[in-house]
Amino acid sequence: MLNSIISIINTTLMYSAPLVFGAMGGVLSECSGVINVGIEGMMTFGAFVGAGVGFYSQNPWFGLLAGGLAGALLAILHAIACVTFKADQTISGMALNFIGPGLALFLCRLFFNDMTMTDRVPNKLPKVFGSVDITVLIALLVTILLWFFLYKTKFGLRIRSVGENPAAADTLGINVSKVRYASVIMSGLLAGLGGSSMTLAVISQFTPTAISGQGFIALAAVIFGKWTPHGAYGACLLFAFAQALAVILGGGKIDVPSEILNMLPYVLTIIVLVLFVGKSMAPKANGKPYRKGTR
Amino acid sequence: MFKKFMCVFMASLMILGLSGCTWNDPETVANDGIFRVSMVPDTGGVNDQSFNQSALEGLYELRDETGAHISYMESKQPSDYALNLDKLSDGPSDLIIGVGSMLFDAIDEVAAQNLDKNFAIVDYSFGDDITNNLTGIVFRAQEAAFMVGYVAGMTTKTNKVGFIGGMRNDVIDQFQYGYEAGIRYAEKERHANIEVLVQYAESFSDAAKGKAIAAKMYSDNCDIVFHAAGGVGYGVIEAAKDSHKFVIGVDKDQSDLAPDNVLTSAVKSVGTAVKLVSKELMDGKVIGGKNYEFGLNEGCVGIPENHKNMDELVYKKALQLEELIKSGKITVPYNVETYKNYLRDLN
Repeated sequence: MLNSIISIINTTLMYSAPLVFGAMGGVLSECSGVINVGIEGMMTFGAFVGAGVGFYSQNPWFGLLAGGLAGALLAILHAIACVTFKADQTISGMALNFIGPGLALFLCRLFFNDMTMTDRVPNKLPKVFGSVDITVLIALLVTILLWFFLYKTKFGLRIRSVGENPAAADTLGINVSKVRYASVIMSGLLAGLGGSSMTLAVISQFTPTAISGQGFIALAAVIFGKWTPHGAYGACLLFAFAQALAVILGGGKIDVPSEILNMLPYVLTIIVLVLFVGKSMAPKANGKPYRKGTR
Repeated sequence: MFKKFMCVFMASLMILGLSGCTWNDPETVANDGIFRVSMVPDTGGVNDQSFNQSALEGLYELRDETGAHISYMESKQPSDYALNLDKLSDGPSDLIIGVGSMLFDAIDEVAAQNLDKNFAIVDYSFGDDITNNLTGIVFRAQEAAFMVGYVAGMTTKTNKVGFIGGMRNDVIDQFQYGYEAGIRYAEKERHANIEVLVQYAESFSDAAKGKAIAAKMYSDNCDIVFHAAGGVGYGVIEAAKDSHKFVIGVDKDQSDLAPDNVLTSAVKSVGTAVKLVSKELMDGKVIGGKNYEFGLNEGCVGIPENHKNMDELVYKKALQLEELIKSGKITVPYNVETYKNYLRDLN
C-alpha cells in the first residue's frame, strides 16, 4: 500500500514537470494577449536542443538552458508574426507545431550521424529526495515566481493590462508591442525548458516521439486553470495524478481493460472541468492583435 | 525593407520545417536488365534505428551483393504513403516495398491500380484474399520472444518479471505470448513459480508512461521487464537504469541504450526478410499472391550474440532452445488461443 502511494506520488511528479513548464509558458503568453498554441512545437525543439547540447557539452545544465533558449528562438518567430505582422495567432502557433519537430529532426540528422534520435546524454539532471527529478522543483519554483511576477510586480500588472485592454494600456504609455514580445519570448523559453526537462530528466535522449502531446495538454491546463499560474499548476498535477492512477491500477488483479483505464486522465479532466471549475474567463484581448488607434 | 526581409526569412523557415519528404534517386528509364527495388518507410523515416532502417540496410546488402538498384521515398505523414507508392509505381521499379502495417491500405489501393508491378508489405499478411501482384511479409516474432522469455525465466532472482506492450494487436500479441511461453518453459525447467505482470501503455510514443509503468513493476519486485512498445520503450529502459534492474529490448539489439541494464533483445530483422523476398523475385520466382512468414529458420528473428549481462550457461541453453524451435520440436504460441494450447501441452 505504502509502496503504491509512493509510486503514485513519484509518477505524478515525474509526469507533471514538463507539463508545468509548458503550461507556465502558455499562461505568460496568453496573459499578455497572445494565444500560443505552438507550445508543442517549442517543446519538441527544446527537447532536441536540450539533449543535443547536453550530449556535446556533457553538462545537463547547459543542455537545459540551451533547450530554453531554443524554445525562445521559435517564440521570436511567433512574436514577429503575431505582434509585428498581426497575423492570426492560432495559425502562427500551428505553423510552429510543424516547424519545431521538422527543425528538430533536420538538425538531429545533421548532428547525429543522419539518425532521427540523439545519442544518450552522458549526465542527466540530478535527482533530489532520492528519486524526484530536480526539474519538478524547478517547475514549482517557476510557478511561484510567475505568480509573484504577474500579480505582485509592476511588470506583471503591465502584462495583464496589455492582455485585458491594450488600448487603455497604450494610452497610459505602455508599449504594447514590447510587452507582448517579451511575454511571448519568455513563454517560448519556458516551453523549451519543458521540452528539455523531458529529454534530460525523464528519458536521456531525444527521440521523434519524446514530446507527444504534452504541449497540447499544457495548453488545456492553461484554460483549465483559468489562465493563472497556480490554477494551471493544479491542472497539470491533476492530469499527471490521473495518469499515475491509470498506471497503478493497470495490469493489476482487477481486470479493467487498459483502453478504458487509459482514458481516465482525459475523462477525469472533463469531469473536474465541468463540475468544479466553472466558467473560464480568458484575458479579454487574448488572440486579438493590437492596432494602434483601435479600441 | 526589414518587413520584406522578415517575410522571406519566415517563409523560408516554414518551408524548411515542412520539407521532410525526400525523394532519393528517382529513375525513369528501364529495360536495361537491372533489378530495381524501392521502398516506402512509414513516418518513422529510414533512420529510425528500428524496422525502417533495418529494411533499408537489407536493401543495401542486396545492392552490394547483386548490383540491384535501390531507392526509397520517405513520408512525412500517413497521407503521403499512397502518393509515394503511386509515384514509385510510375517509375521503373520491379518491386515496391511498404514498410510497416500502417501502409496496408495504401499498398492495397496502389497495387490494384498498377497490376504490372510487384508490391510487398512488411508486417502485414493479406491472408487468402490476396491479388497476384501483392506479397505479405510477416514474422514469427514469437520465436525470438520465446527465447528472451526463457532467458528472463532463467535469470530472474525474484521470480517476478514484467511485460509492457504498446497497444494490443497481432504483432504485439506475438511478443507477449511468445515471451510468456518462454517463461513457462524456464519455470518448468527450474521447478519454480514465476509471476508475469503484463501491462499495456495504450501508446507507442509516451516514454514517460513507459517509465512510470516500468518503475512500478520494478518497485513491485520485478527484476526483468520486456517491452514491445516502440517509443514507450525508451522510458522503460530509463526506468531500468534508475532502478539498476534488467530490461529486454525489442526489434534490434538495444544494448547501446543502457549497456549495463539490457539483458538481451528480441531481434526482428526486417532487412533480412526484405532481402530474401527481393532475391526470390530477382531469381525469377513468383512472389505475388503469397504471404511469407519469417522466423528463426530464415534467420530473421533471434537474440543478439552480445550477452555480457547474461549467464553464459543460460545463453548456451537459449541457443539449444533455438535449435528445438527450428526443428519444430517446440511450437511457439502467438496469441491467446495458441498460448492456452501450449500450456496444456506443456503440463
